Amino acid sequence: MDKNVKLPGTPYSSDDFKKGKIPYVEDVPKARYTWSAGIAMSRFLEELKNGRIIARKCHECGRVYVPPRMFCSYCFRPTDEWVYVKDTGRVNTAVVSYIGADRGKLGEPLVVAVIELDGASEGMGILHKLGNVDPEDVKNRKVFNMRVKAVWKKPEEREGAITDILYFEPIE
Amino acid sequence: MSIDKIRDLKSAKVIPGDMEVGKYVYTLGLAGEKFFNGLKNGKILASTCKKCGITYLPPKAYCEECHGAIDEYSEVGKIGMVYSYTIQYVDGSGKKLDEGVIWALIKYEGVRGGIVHKLGEVDYDQLYIGMLVEPVFKKKAEREGKITDILYFRPIKP
Amino acid sequence: MRMNIHFKNRVACIGAGLTLFRRRLFETPRELAWEAAKQALENAGMELKDIDCVVFGSAPDAFDGIHMQGEYMVDGAGGYKKPFTRVYVGGGTGVFSVIAGWWHVASGLCDKVLVVAEEKMSPALPHPQYVFHHIFDPITDKPLGVNLIWIFALEMHRYMYKYNIKKEDIALVSVKNKRNALDHPAAQLGAKITVEDVLNSEVLVWPVQRLDISPVSDGAGALILTSEEYAKQYTDTPVWIDGVGWNLDTTYWTNRDLAFPKYLYYAGKMAYKMAGIHNPRKEIDVAEVYDPFDYKELHHMEGLQLARKGEAPILTREGVTERDGDLPINPSGGLLGVGNPIAAAGIMKVAEIFWQLRKEAGKRQVAKDPTTGLAQAWGDLMQIGTVVVMRV
Repeated sequence: MDKNVKLPGTPYSSDDFKKGKIPYVEDVPKARYTWSAGIAMSRFLEELKNGRIIARKCHECGRVYVPPRMFCSYCFRPTDEWVYVKDTGRVNTAVVSYIGADRGKLGEPLVVAVIELDGASEGMGILHKLGNVDPEDVKNRKVFNMRVKAVWKKPEEREGAITDILYFEPIE
Repeated sequence: MSIDKIRDLKSAKVIPGDMEVGKYVYTLGLAGEKFFNGLKNGKILASTCKKCGITYLPPKAYCEECHGAIDEYSEVGKIGMVYSYTIQYVDGSGKKLDEGVIWALIKYEGVRGGIVHKLGEVDYDQLYIGMLVEPVFKKKAEREGKITDILYFRPIKP
Repeated sequence: MRMNIHFKNRVACIGAGLTLFRRRLFETPRELAWEAAKQALENAGMELKDIDCVVFGSAPDAFDGIHMQGEYMVDGAGGYKKPFTRVYVGGGTGVFSVIAGWWHVASGLCDKVLVVAEEKMSPALPHPQYVFHHIFDPITDKPLGVNLIWIFALEMHRYMYKYNIKKEDIALVSVKNKRNALDHPAAQLGAKITVEDVLNSEVLVWPVQRLDISPVSDGAGALILTSEEYAKQYTDTPVWIDGVGWNLDTTYWTNRDLAFPKYLYYAGKMAYKMAGIHNPRKEIDVAEVYDPFDYKELHHMEGLQLARKGEAPILTREGVTERDGDLPINPSGGLLGVGNPIAAAGIMKVAEIFWQLRKEAGKRQVAKDPTTGLAQAWGDLMQIGTVVVMRV
C-alpha cells in the first residue's frame, strides 16, 4: 500500500475536545478490588513485619524462590520448605525514574532496581528502590553488581507490606 | 511434599485497591453523532442499508449483514411498541428503591433493534406486551444530545 | 518441544486493510474495526458473505473502556452470525490474532478467515498510563509506585550493560523508524529526527527518553487468510504463512534474563522449524520486529537470531537494517513511527510484510528482492513472543 492511499479515520486533537467540538458520553469506573495474597505471600508479608525475608525451596531442583511460591514452576510440583534469605544482595539492573506511577514529574528522581538477594537462587531478583545512590552512578553503570542491604522501617511502623523495606542502600 | 494451610485467619492478607482511571470518554462515532443530534431535535433516527433493505436502530454506520457503508438516516415512525418490559425494585448496589422503575425494549415496525428506555404515565396493572408508546422528550433547551433527552415513553392514548 | 509440522492446508494471506493510526480518532471501536475489515475484504476481492469465520484481537478492555470487548465488537468486525473468536495476549495480540486465524485454516476447519484487530487508547483519562498500572502485581510491585516504563528501562539498561551498548546506537533505531514512517499512509509520527534529538528529549526513566518510546494511538487493521484452494481463486499473488510460533516466559519478570528475550528465541525457533528455515539471518529477507521502544527492535532481532547477541546495534549502525540494507528491519516505520494502537499495530506489521513480499509497498519497498519475511509482536507482562514467517 503506497503512501498516497487515503485511509479512513477521523482524527481530533485534545484541543478540539476541550473546545467541545467532539460529542461524547463519559463514565467513571468505580471498580474496587480486594486481592487475596494467598498462603505464600501472606507469610512473606508477615515476615517482613519481623524484619525478615522468607522464601520457599523446591527439593527437586533446589531452587529458592523469592517472593515465595507454593509450587515450583519448573518442576510443576509443590515447593517443600520455608527458608529465610538475607536482606543483602547484588544489583542486577537499575534505572533513574523522573516520573511517578501516573506519568507525573517527580520532585526528586527515584532510583529503582532489580536486586538478587543473598540466599535466593541465581536470577531470582526482586524489584525495589535504591537509596543513597547517586543517579550519576546509575547512568555510568557503576551501580551494576553493587552490593546492597535493606533499610527497614522501625519495627512499630511496619505493616506487613513490601514497603516495610524503605529501600536498599550500598554496603560500605 | 507439604501443603501448608493458613489456620490463623489474621495472618491471611488481603490487599485492597481500586481502578485509578479517572474516567472514560466515549466519542459518539459516525452513526452515534447522527443519532444523538437527532434526539436533540426531538427525532429518533435509524439508518438503512439500501442493498439489504435493513433499517437499524440505534443506527449503524455499516450493515452487519453485507458490511457495506450506510449513509441513509431517517426518522422512525411515531408509534413504538413495547416488545418486553421489566420492573426494577432495587438499584445497582442492591438498595431498595422508593418506587419501581419500568424498563422496556421498544421496537418499531420494519426496524431491526430498538431502544431500551423507561415507561411513564402508566400503572403496573395497565402494562402489557404489545402496548403502543411514544417518546416524551425534555424541553428543547434542556436537551444535550444524550439518551436521557428522552425522559420516558408513554402509552399512546386512543 | 515435539511439534507436528504437517497441516491439512497451506495458509495464504490475500488481503489487508488499515485505518489511520492517530492519538485520538472519533469513530467508535466498532466503526474502526469495520473500516479496516471493509478494506481488507475489498483488497481481497471478497464480500463478507464469503467469510467462514472471524478472529478478533484487542489488548486490555480497560483501554477502550468496554468490558467483554470481543462481544461488543462482533458486528463491526464482521463476526455476526459466524464462528467468532477473540484472542488476547497483551501487546502480542495483533500477531497472535493472525496465528489464531492460521489455526482455523491450517486445521481445515475453515477456508476463509477474516482477522481484525482494533485498539482505542484515547478513552481512558487522564492518561492511558493509569490502565497500565493494573498489569502489575498488587502485592510486590504496585505499592512501590511502579510505572510501566520502569520495567522497560530496567530491561534496556541490563541489555546495555551486558553488551556495552551506547544510547547513541539505540537512538538510531528511533531515527530510522520515524523516517521510514514518513512513507506510510497510516503513520502518526513520521518525522526526520536526529540522534541528538533523541538524546536531548525529556528523560522519563533513565535510560528511556521521550523519543525512545512509541506513542499512544487509536486504530484498526484487518487481514484475509484463506486455504490454498481458495487463495488461487481470488489472487495470482498470495503470500503464504509458512511458519507460526509463540512462547511465554515467566510472569515473575524480575526472575528473567533481562538481556536476552528467551521467549522470543523459542517462539522464533518454533516458526523457523515449521517454515524449514535453518539460518534466519541469511534466509529472512525483511522483518517487522516489535518496536514499542527503540532498544526492543535490537533485543528482538537478537531473540529472533537475526543478529548474534549484542550484534544488533552494530548492524543498525552499519546501515544493514535500512530499507536499502541487507536485512531491512521495520521498513513500515514500526510502532515508533506509524504508531502503537496495541493489537492493530501487530496487524500493521503483518500487513507490511504482505505488501513488501507482493512488491506493493510503494516508496517503502525494500531495495532487495524479498521472498521471505517475518513479523513479530511482544506482550503480556513483557513475556510473550508471537511470530509469523511469510513467503511468496
